[in-house]
Formats: sequence, structure tokens, C-alpha cells
Amino acid sequence: MNIFEILGPVMVGPSSSHTAGAVRIGNITRKILGETPVWAEILLHGSFAATGSGHGTDRALLAGLLGMEPDDGRIPRSEEEARAAGLAWKFIPGQLRDAHPNTAVLTVRAADGRTVKVQASSLGGGRIMVNQIDGIRVDFTGEKPTLIVQNEDKPGVLAAITYALSAQDVNIATLQLYRNQKGGYAFTIAETDSDISEEVLSQLREMKGVLQVIRIASEEEG
Amino acid sequence: MGFHSLEQICGLCREQKKSFYQVILEDDMKERDVTQEASHRKMNQMWQAMQEAAREYDPRLKSASGLSGSDGGLAAAYYASKDSLCGSFMGEVVTTAIQMAESNACMRRIVAAPTAGSCGVLPAVLIPCRKRFGLSDRQICEALYVAAGLGQVIASRAFIAGATGGCQAEIGSASAMAAGALAYLRGGGAEAICDACAIALKALMGLVCDPVAGLVEVPCVKRNVIGAVNAMTAADQALAGIHSFIPADQVIDAMREVGEKMDASLRETGLGGLAATPKGQTVRL
Repeated sequence: MNIFEILGPVMVGPSSSHTAGAVRIGNITRKILGETPVWAEILLHGSFAATGSGHGTDRALLAGLLGMEPDDGRIPRSEEEARAAGLAWKFIPGQLRDAHPNTAVLTVRAADGRTVKVQASSLGGGRIMVNQIDGIRVDFTGEKPTLIVQNEDKPGVLAAITYALSAQDVNIATLQLYRNQKGGYAFTIAETDSDISEEVLSQLREMKGVLQVIRIASEEEG
Repeated sequence: MGFHSLEQICGLCREQKKSFYQVILEDDMKERDVTQEASHRKMNQMWQAMQEAAREYDPRLKSASGLSGSDGGLAAAYYASKDSLCGSFMGEVVTTAIQMAESNACMRRIVAAPTAGSCGVLPAVLIPCRKRFGLSDRQICEALYVAAGLGQVIASRAFIAGATGGCQAEIGSASAMAAGALAYLRGGGAEAICDACAIALKALMGLVCDPVAGLVEVPCVKRNVIGAVNAMTAADQALAGIHSFIPADQVIDAMREVGEKMDASLRETGLGGLAATPKGQTVRL
């Protein structure tokens, strides 16, 4: 842990896991969708369901979906902000198997009808982990710049990703591969030490078999 | 990349003739690959955010549950008008701690230090001390490095979350960090900083995390007060030359052992302790 994980973050209370972490989960879901959703169905599991309303977890998740960061003073009134932004939502309590106690599953829809389903957990101290995208297991925190490529499970995609990144002199910190079944859909997730350029994204989007390329910039570090 | 023992930090202070603050600063520069200016800028942001949070306290606010709010106003009025037991300086410490913790419960912006639930402890000692001793922002930031360095070792050897180690890990750690920061601000060296840290942590060892209805409100708000007051008395003891018989690293290890032995009902589940009392049970959301 670096010293600003001990002193910090600057955040809207009352709980780093139930409030700040929840904002980050909403925010990263928005980044995965690529825009502010018009509809969100949010399943709350475990402690999120049990003590979430007293900790403002619901308002925090909505705030994140609107693009707010954990220190945004508008978090307590995010419901009004969501209505103003044209975001409709529904919360449902639920039970997940083998999930961290502070977990939410957000199914969000963009204006053009695209939907994405993100399962993420709040680990404590405001840190989060994305566990699933569209039912496929993934594991990343969003603390570093992250490249998410959804592709058909065919040879060559990983080579293309590493080539595109190395051509831009971007060092890969971690690399993970997941798929639903052999020859089905796969996710390749690269966390990098420096920002990923637009060029890398467009290069990968042109590749055959690549369905979707998502870039998540790291949170601004002062 | 972070320290695992206070002995290691003290060793570097001795060998390199550096202050506790410098050792932590240099480690942060290396760890996050930033310049001294960038590191200080970020620390100053934390300090400014703490002060802003204190200034913006609103005694009219109530938390969503209705359990927290307005006590900070009562404390301020009492210490301003009555011949209080603690006196005006300690009164300001108590008041700031309550106000900051209430602001947190009411969804205002605070600085987790080390957690949101214990966010009142450090500002409650630093803000009144700054005024009383005429300290600069720079000096306060140096003390915050000391606090963060202590917290880092506590997090590495034990824990700083109530869910894993009980309240001793949150308010206890915050108090130990604040005690070290105060010792530094009043001229104490690495040894006094570690003594202050150890004395503060020992005094709160065993404190359980038993929040009513699982919310960061009862008893968390008032426990910020004891964390702050305990930091002041621990720092004063260390500055007087009083040593902790048990070295700070071993105190932290003992805190870990105590936390691990703590029943799950006493680790932020809202099932035991005050949460399980008849009155505590009346709170439902």
C-alpha cells in the first residue's frame, strides 16, 4: 500500500467500502459501457444489500454511473442528478454464489440499445475489483490504465494486442485471458504502466475477430 | 516499496541521519515514481481537504438513519461558554473529532485517515495544534508523512479495517498515527515517534467494532474523540521521555493477534457488542 492509500482518498462518507468503492464500481461500469447509461438495473449482494441504504451505497452507485468520482459533493443527491441526466434505475436485493460480501451486479443500457452486465466487488479502503463482464470471469481493478478486448476465441488476437502496445512503447504490467468456452467469446485484459493511445485502439478495432475494444484510463493521480 | 517494520525506518533514520519524515517522503518518491514537489503537492491536497471538511461542518445535518448529527454544535457551544473539564484547547480537539465524524456520517467530503470511520482523529489533533503552536502547512504535511508511514507499517503487519481487526485497527491505528505525528511536530525524534505510536495503540488494544445496524455512526462518531484525546496523551508521554516497554513493532503484532482472536460478531458485522443491545436492536433500516 502506498502512503496515499493510508492517508486518503478524499471521499464523500460514510464508508470507504460501501460509499467510495460503490462510486468507483458505478464509474468503471460507465467506462466499460463507454457512456452514461439510460437504464440501469442494479443487484446488491451481501453487506451491500443489508446496510447499503444507510451507507448511501445506492446513491454512490448511481453517482458513479453518471461519471462522478468518490470525492464529488453531488453524490448525496445523485438521484436527482440521474433523473436530470435521463438515467432510469432499479435496485434489487439478491444472492450471488461465491461472491465477496460487498458486491453489485449492474446491467446497464446505452441510448443506442447496447447493454453490458458488470459484476464488481468493493474490497475495502475504496479499492474495487471487476469480477465479471457479460457473465465471463475477469479480474481487474481499474487502478492502472486497462485495455479490454472482447474477441472471438481464435489465434492471433493476443499477438496483435502485444504488438500494438509494444509499437507504442507501452509496458504491460499484467495480462489476463478469459473465455466462456473454446472457440466462443474471449476477453483479453492488459493492465499497463502508461496510458494507451487512441492509435492502439483503432488498430485493434480493425482486426478480424475483434468485437469490442475498451480503454479504461487510470484515475488521475495528483 | 513501503516498510514492514518501524525498526527498519528507525534504522534508516540512524544510518542516514535523516528524520522519520524524510525517510517516508523518499520512499514515496521511489514507490510512486514522483518528484519531491509532486509528493508534497499531493500531501498538501490531503491536508487542505481535511481543513475544508472541518470548516464546512453543518450542525443542522442529520444522517440518513437519523442517528448522527448536531452533537458537534453542542460540543462547540459548551466549550465556548462553560468552564469545561478539559479546557478550551482539548475542547477544540473533542469538538473537531465529533464534527468530522458526523460530517462523514452525513455524506460530506472527508479524508479517510486511515479509514472513513476514523477520519476525525488526525484533523482533530492537527487543526487545533496548528493554531496553538503557529505551525506552517509545510510542518503539518511533514507530520502527515510520519502518520502515513506509521499507518503503512500497521497495515503491513496487522490491519486497518474494522472488518478484519476490530475498532482497534481503525480508531486505534488512527490514534497511533496521530500520536506519532504530534510527537514529530513537538520535536520528537524517531524513537519518540515510535513510543508515541506504541503507547497510543496499547491504550486502545482490544477495542471491538460493534456498529449499531452496521452503520458507521454509533459508536464510531464518539470513538473518534477518544482516538484524538488518546493521541495527545500518548504523544505527551513520549515527549516526556517515557518509553513503551514493548517495542512498537511488537505492539502492532500483538494488535494483530488480538484482532484475529476477536469473534466475527465483533468485527463490523453489526451482530455483537453495542449493536446487539436491546436499544441497538431497535435501529432497523
